[in-house]
Amino acid sequence: MLLVLVEDDSGAVSGGSQEALTLAHGLATDLNVPVHAAAFGTRGEFAATLGAYGVSTLHLLEGPFADAYSPECWGAALAELVRHIGAIGVIAAASEWGNEVLAHASARTGEAFASNCVTVDAGQQWSLTRVRGGGMLLEDAELAGAVKFVSLTPGAVEPAELPIPQQITTDSFVPESTDTLVHSTIVDRKSRGAGVALSTARVVVSGGRGVGSAEGFESLEELAELLGGAVGCSRVATNSGWRPHSDQVGLTGTKIAADLYIACGISGATQHWVGCMGAKSILAINTDPEAPLVTRADYAVIGDVHQVLPAILERARARKQVQGVA
Amino acid sequence: MRVLVCIKRVPAPGGKVLITEDGTDIDTRHLGFTIGPHEECAVEEAVQLVAEHGGHVTVLTAGPPEAEEQLRYALSMGANAGVLVEHGAHDPQATATALTETIRTLESEDGNFDLILFGNESADVGNYQVGIRVACALERPVVGGIKGIDVADESTHVLLHRENADGVEVYQAPLPAVAAVKEGLNLPRYPSIQGRLRAKKAPLRTVQPKTAPGGLRTVQLRQPPEKQHETVVLGYGADAADSVVDLLTEKGVV
Ligand SMILES: Cc1cc2nc3c(=O)[nH]c(=O)nc-3n(C[C@H](O)[C@H](O)[C@H](O)COP(=O)(O)OP(=O)(O)OC[C@H]3O[C@@H](n4cnc5c(N)ncnc54)[C@H](O)[C@@H]3O)c2cc1C
Repeated sequence: MLLVLVEDDSGAVSGGSQEALTLAHGLATDLNVPVHAAAFGTRGEFAATLGAYGVSTLHLLEGPFADAYSPECWGAALAELVRHIGAIGVIAAASEWGNEVLAHASARTGEAFASNCVTVDAGQQWSLTRVRGGGMLLEDAELAGAVKFVSLTPGAVEPAELPIPQQITTDSFVPESTDTLVHSTIVDRKSRGAGVALSTARVVVSGGRGVGSAEGFESLEELAELLGGAVGCSRVATNSGWRPHSDQVGLTGTKIAADLYIACGISGATQHWVGCMGAKSILAINTDPEAPLVTRADYAVIGDVHQVLPAILERARARKQVQGVA
Repeated sequence: MRVLVCIKRVPAPGGKVLITEDGTDIDTRHLGFTIGPHEECAVEEAVQLVAEHGGHVTVLTAGPPEAEEQLRYALSMGANAGVLVEHGAHDPQATATALTETIRTLESEDGNFDLILFGNESADVGNYQVGIRVACALERPVVGGIKGIDVADESTHVLLHRENADGVEVYQAPLPAVAAVKEGLNLPRYPSIQGRLRAKKAPLRTVQPKTAPGGLRTVQLRQPPEKQHETVVLGYGADAADSVVDLLTEKGVV
């Protein structure tokens, strides 16, 4: 059978896992095998959702190890389950957690793992397409082995429940290998401070080399605040010490999903582009009309950020005041 | 403490990435190369840890002979020794085997590394697994996505910090341990002239371990489809402000 590793998102089956379940159902139909699911701890409440996606058995991985996340133990537990039930494929969402647990489980079973896939076709070998460099390139590849591990890039598959839900049974599996494993333990959690998170902000006002200095970002902060958004930046701004790395948009920074991305003095190198290409619309402010981000943007203003931004701020504030009065 | 950093030589394309004629790799003839940003931070962290706790930093890369350039860069940042594992493929299982074998050899000569650092994923291929495979083979704890390292007690354990959507998680791992780190861990230094001169002359060790191919085989690389569109130029300089505010109003954000 195929096994889907289910990720918990505040007590529910995560969106990414629903996409993975949809992919698994299609592959299982082609291979003529059932779909099982695995979840950690007491997650019996997942059964109804999983049945709606065609899962026939839910395996709950239980034991003292499941109380707190440890990548080594959870990966080893999954590997043990995979061997025990004889799964021929394991699928999860390509979240940081999904990629980490699958990497551990595939390493322990000695099998190959294709991360960040966008399409998968099952057969003797699986033919798949995966994303490289955060979306810079697509790689067509063949995946071989007795157990095939695959993670699915978020958004690659439209989640689809079955018209008639599958009857589902739940059992529990207590692994043995976790008892003796050398492993890390989570010892502390600190919640994020206030403020709009870059990855989920509706509007991101971002600056690059063209902003020129740390002080230059003040007007970007003002605009972000006015629009209820977050401030972002390019790697040049980070490496120059103008902004903290947590503001960096791109391949080695954060991938954003804003409705509007305002890029000020950013050229749009591929490594930056892959971080902002998920925005619904992009406005580039740049002195160079040929800059890649200008030619790829939906809207552009050609000009010096130091002149354009203060003017935008002034007009936007005036407009807001009029609206406030009206 | 003895720290090992595993780094990767990656292409540094500016604009569009070109593909070789046979379609299986990036055309690097006109590209510069760099050390992966995650790994550059790993080298910086190792150099800082050793400055604080004493010890020795070894950098290791699996790659073509040209990856010597990235090893020397790491040496110029302050690493003490460099090892080149001659290994051409991007195959994550084969790469992990090559690294594991080399680490076993190095450790059999001089003792265990207390800490082995990897980049969380390589900037070019991004398989998200090589460090974890090596750690599993060596039976050591490993945590990924690390943006903070505290060596609380250099003979017993290390604290590893990582971010998620809700905040920060702190893991405790017994030493010897492995961590896969991310850019943002620190701000890497620019090598000094002295460092560069020292690195230029430093001897490097080269090893050629035997590996078998793993189960993931690249067939071809493709450009992602680019959506065709026109850029609407809202205006030039400060005069564009009104049109921009119209756009912000239309988008419902002001
Ligand atoms: C492996 C790897 C990973 C990377 N990861 C990332 C990443 O995650 N994020 C990232 O951003 N970069 C990343 N980079 C770096 C990336 O390649 C670029 O170097 C970087 O994005 C350029 O930043 P920039 O656009 O601010 O600077 P530049 O490329 O120098 O562009 C500055 C732009 O500002 C414009 N400008 C100048 N002055 C003004 C002015 N007064 N008003 C208006 N416009 C002006 C210029 O016309 C130009 O277009 C990575 C590189 C590598 C090799």
